[in-house]
Amino acid sequence: MFEPGSFLYEAWAARYGLLAGLATTARLSGITIVIGSLIGILGGVALSYGPWPVRLLLRGYVDAVRGIPVLVLILFSYYGLALLGIQISPFTAGVVALGGFCGAHMSETVRGAIESIPIGQTEAGKAIGLTFWQRLRYVLLPQAIRRLLPPWVNTAVEMVKGTTLLSIIGVVELLLATQQTIARNYLVLQFYFAAGMLYVLVNFAISQLGALIERRTAHFRY
Amino acid sequence: MAQPLLRAIDVHKRFGATEVLKGIDLEVQQGEVVAIIGASGSGKTTFLRCINLLEEFHQGEIQVDGERIGYTEGTHRRLGETAISAQRAKIGMVFQSYNLFPHMTAEQNVTLGLIKVQKRPKAEAVETARRWLDRVGLSERRGHYPYQLSGGQQQRVAIARAVAMEPKLVLFDEVTSALDPELVAEVLAVMQDLAKSGMTMLVVSHEMLFVREVATRVVFMEGGRIAEQGPPDALLVNPKSERLATFLGRFHGVFR
Amino acid sequence: MTYQFNFDVIFRSFDKMLAGLWLGLWLAALSLAIGTVIGLLAAYGRQSRLAPLRAVVWTYVEIIRNCPILLLIFFVYFGLPELGIFFLGKIESFVITLSIYAGAYLCEVFRAGLASMPARYVEAAKAIGLRPVQRQVHVVLPVMFRITLPALSNNLISLFKDTSLAAAIAIPELTFVTRQINANTFRVMESWLTASALYLVTCYAIAWLLRRVERRYAVIR
Ligand SMILES: Nc1ncnc2c1ncn2[C@@H]1O[C@H](COP(=O)(O)OP(=O)(O)OP(=O)(O)O)[C@@H](O)[C@H]1O
Ligand SMILES: [Mg+2]
Repeated sequence: MFEPGSFLYEAWAARYGLLAGLATTARLSGITIVIGSLIGILGGVALSYGPWPVRLLLRGYVDAVRGIPVLVLILFSYYGLALLGIQISPFTAGVVALGGFCGAHMSETVRGAIESIPIGQTEAGKAIGLTFWQRLRYVLLPQAIRRLLPPWVNTAVEMVKGTTLLSIIGVVELLLATQQTIARNYLVLQFYFAAGMLYVLVNFAISQLGALIERRTAHFRY
Repeated sequence: MAQPLLRAIDVHKRFGATEVLKGIDLEVQQGEVVAIIGASGSGKTTFLRCINLLEEFHQGEIQVDGERIGYTEGTHRRLGETAISAQRAKIGMVFQSYNLFPHMTAEQNVTLGLIKVQKRPKAEAVETARRWLDRVGLSERRGHYPYQLSGGQQQRVAIARAVAMEPKLVLFDEVTSALDPELVAEVLAVMQDLAKSGMTMLVVSHEMLFVREVATRVVFMEGGRIAEQGPPDALLVNPKSERLATFLGRFHGVFR
Repeated sequence: MTYQFNFDVIFRSFDKMLAGLWLGLWLAALSLAIGTVIGLLAAYGRQSRLAPLRAVVWTYVEIIRNCPILLLIFFVYFGLPELGIFFLGKIESFVITLSIYAGAYLCEVFRAGLASMPARYVEAAKAIGLRPVQRQVHVVLPVMFRITLPALSNNLISLFKDTSLAAAIAIPELTFVTRQINANTFRVMESWLTASALYLVTCYAIAWLLRRVERRYAVIR
């Protein structure tokens, strides 16, 4: 079972590469989700309340990104940014593409969440004299965030899955690390299966966590 | 007479092409409790919302404590966001649908304005909130979230939220009409208590018994205008106009 | 830094790009068709009285929805031959993968559709004496498809965008073709801008078409 050529032996032999790949996947997912969420909150607020030129610009960005496959965004970013003369790593190009992708989706989600809050909340905030930013900070965003949670978790799972596309431009994340391992030991089924299960476990855990928090905060919604 | 606390002069308001307020003139003195009655669609809500600057109006002016609100002096240009917020803070408003903030406890609902708008220290705000929640009979419930409270309790929290800021004037828009009948009395009792303490109140209500007992003056609105006004006993028992008589006919048995 | 745009080379290969786009549309449509069958069976499986069947379907849906599609593509394309399944070409292998993937998402769509089916339709069907299978075929399924139409069109658009991943196993759809043009001509901006525009226009055209279908078949619940 542990002789050379067995799955466990080969997995142990490749452990550093695989773990490094896993770490890269985690780092990529974390960074893009954070960037995407930041863009999403700013973009969503601006889509709801911004002056019309800003809204128009953002609408263009959001709708364009949502109509183009992520892989095309990634390849465009990878080959395109290099054109600008910047020495750019595949990792950075990938973060730009995935972060921009995540941000567009989050902007739309945040806008929807804000606009689903009853108008009475804004009016009650106005009635006690809160300014626009105070209403946003204390009344609207806290409620929007509770509504956002389920779609946010979905997006997070999509981003973890989406990081695998960066293997195509040579970022050695878990999928590419797995393929490099397979190239050495030809254990195709076993290694793809193991990597797949790892993704499934992580993403399943994220979804369950989201569902749990959602149940906890369900009361606070109208 | 002293300077009125609220003075509305020829207020006009349109929604698109339809004119909803067709020139409202009204003066309310310090300490008065003015009830506004009138048929559905006569513009009662719209008038209150103009006073609290939730709606813009197109002509005329509104003064609170001598200060013109919503628009710059002499012109009809809307003031900036900050100035409007500051003016709103001096006017309390209680809504038909309570509009409590669902993610905050009863106490947090009350302290939010005290801390963020009036910049009072947290301890003092909490102290004030507790005093008011006690006053509306909810000292036990201050840590509860709105979803844990009945409609009547939510509305009482909403009243505490409005009055805790010590506004010069409090607006009530049909605050009991979303409530189950058995919960109406507890809210009206709170309002009666506030009226007795000398608070200046402008109350839109269909609760005629309450209006007759608590109001110092009744204003009858009809088609975007004030059709008739006077002391409750005179106005409700001996309406001068045919229209008011018809309107009051619906509450038949309440007065005679 | 000034970039001189030159779309000439793109126009010379434009027919190839259009062929790639067309192929992608076919891949998506086929996968949606097969995925719908899988999704329907799975949705009924989720409602089954047999606990093991429910568990199998649940496992299928959770695994597929939480697994990166690119990994599934590689697993099927490189892995199945290891199991002795050699006769699959690239395209067959990709369509199978995308169908299995779509099936898991569509299972959830149909499950929600069945759950939101107003009881009165089934009762009316019972009242006129339809037998269980007839009730499903003539009443439940048609109504359910109409209820789920918006979700189905979103899925078709997603699937169409996912066909770009076929480039990873060298299927000459639009993304693959564009990458070749990019490599051959070095016209980076032109090639990717053109590809993006083609995808955008197609996605919104599909959305527009399907919205018209939705409006035509809208059900009042
Ligand atoms: N946002 C709006 N847009 C267009 N018309 C409006 C709007 N709000 C109110 N109106 C119209 O203005 C008129 C007056 O409405 P308002 O709500 O002030 O009446 P009200 O006297 O409070 O009636 P009720 O007793 O039913 O509450 C109505 O005809 C209403 O349809
Ligand atoms: Mg009203």
